[in-house]
Amino acid sequence: MKRISGINTPLKGGMAVLKPFDINALSPDGYIFTRWLAALPWWTPLVMLAIIWGYPTIAYAQSGLSIYDAFDALWRWMPFLLVSGFSFNVLISFWTLLIGTVAGVALGLGQISTFGPLRAFSWFITQLFRNSPWLVILFIVLLALPFEFTLFGQTIRVPDWMKGVFGLSLPIMANISEIVRGAVQSVPTAQWEAAESLAFSRRQILWQIILPQCFKRMLPPWMNWYAILTMATPLCSLLGIEEIITLSRQAMESEDNQPELLVPFYGFALLLFFVYCYPIARLTMRLERHYAVKL
Amino acid sequence: MTWTAEKPIVSLKDVRKSFGTLEVLKGVSIDVMKGEVICIIGPSGSGKSTLIRCINGLNDIQGGSIFVQGKEVHATNLDKLELRKKVGMVFQQYNLFPHKTALQNVMMAPLKVLKENKTDVESRARQLIKKVRLEGKEDSYPGELSGGQQQRVAIARSLAMNPEVMLFDEVTAALDPETVKEVLVTIRELAEDGMTCILVTHEMGFAREVADHIYFTDRGVIVEHGPPKTFFDDAQDPRTKEFLGQIL
Ligand SMILES: Nc1ncnc2c1ncn2[C@@H]1O[C@H](COP(=O)(O)OP(=O)(O)OP(=O)(O)O)[C@@H](O)[C@H]1O
Ligand SMILES: [Mg+2]
Repeated sequence: MKRISGINTPLKGGMAVLKPFDINALSPDGYIFTRWLAALPWWTPLVMLAIIWGYPTIAYAQSGLSIYDAFDALWRWMPFLLVSGFSFNVLISFWTLLIGTVAGVALGLGQISTFGPLRAFSWFITQLFRNSPWLVILFIVLLALPFEFTLFGQTIRVPDWMKGVFGLSLPIMANISEIVRGAVQSVPTAQWEAAESLAFSRRQILWQIILPQCFKRMLPPWMNWYAILTMATPLCSLLGIEEIITLSRQAMESEDNQPELLVPFYGFALLLFFVYCYPIARLTMRLERHYAVKL
Repeated sequence: MTWTAEKPIVSLKDVRKSFGTLEVLKGVSIDVMKGEVICIIGPSGSGKSTLIRCINGLNDIQGGSIFVQGKEVHATNLDKLELRKKVGMVFQQYNLFPHKTALQNVMMAPLKVLKENKTDVESRARQLIKKVRLEGKEDSYPGELSGGQQQRVAIARSLAMNPEVMLFDEVTAALDPETVKEVLVTIRELAEDGMTCILVTHEMGFAREVADHIYFTDRGVIVEHGPPKTFFDDAQDPRTKEFLGQIL
């Protein structure tokens, strides 16, 4: 295939289709977690259940609290853990995804701006938050963000969970920024030139021709980050935010901190995360395979 | 300077273009009158694509000047978008928008760039699709069309802007021999309708048949030019003779 002048990368094949979106170019293996999760068999939760059930039976066979007592306690706490705890994790994950996506798209577009300083700034912010430990970011946000601020004479309290959302949004934003940049750059330059010669402006080309083409490409990596982010929400328990891990701990405390409770309670949390994230991971990998073949 | 039809619609004077230290165009001058069809031929790497990409401002130039309808293409105050509304371009690789159907590909620029009324644009687009003999393919996506069909959609897409000049850069080079003809037929009809066309092509038979004037480039200069008959039958320069000898 001939080289089209003005384009450094030779085009593959005759058609102006997308080059494969190489997520590996962006990080060592962007899907490492999701791929692993999606590869687990559907009966994994049953095994987990068996372990959660069996472990106290074996480990604490001699102790005072029987396994039935432990599960009785879990049973009593379950609705509370689910409704007040896990659904709060889900809420945090939604807000984080929303804020992270909006900010990440803006930052990603900044990374491909024609204005040099904005491009450099966006690149720097992206690198900074992609490569910093999440927990550190979380603590900085918690301590640096004011707990209340005044807007139009009204004092608004920033709840701690919102700070957790902001903290988690930053690394998500940075990773979405890279997804957007990578996706836009995966579209052959020939598409830009074709649009340019039809008198489209740069803004029109980006929004009406380039981004719609890579929307499907961005979907799987975006979902991948949602799964990773959901799994990371228990980090918020370190900030004292009342999500499932914090509440599980409190529940066990009120059950006299019996060590037999540890595995059933935390195992239950693990099970919930699995049940929630597993379908997302499966769908992500399916879409990824699908779009890798066909646009 | 106002442009009148007696003056060339496209005029290149001593155009120089370098990529870094590589000088690709070393002073090229071409005049094209309205309604004329000119073909640019020459060996690979001689700067043909670079040349026609300069005409609609896809490439910048380092020396000389290019005027299209009296407007200087590389003047700093030129509105590039206005220029590109007048100059259509068709590429070797078609470059259709893969997420849009054939009809949408044709309609997009008039709708979004010229901000024309949708019913008008649609009826014009359907006519153009008919003109390039693709009736029934309006709702197909580029991926579902053959190379030749895609290329004809690309031509229709350019024509939908009602350009004054059409640039064709080896538009049949990526096609199977059987589909080359259907695209050439479309271009010939365009030329017969009086469209000003600047074509880079390797199809010598076609060039001879449709061109009013042939330019032969080698290593960034125009070695020889003339009407097809003189050019093909009575080439003077040894480089032209050698090239024609290889290709015919
Ligand atoms: N964007 C670019 N950057 C650097 N060099 C370039 C660029 N585009 C073209 N060139 C070089 O300029 C020269 C002329 O290229 P051009 O594509 O204009 O040739 P061509 O006559 O169209 O050839 P072909 O028949 O193969 O299409 C080549 O040596 C090419 O490598
Ligand atoms: Mg070329």
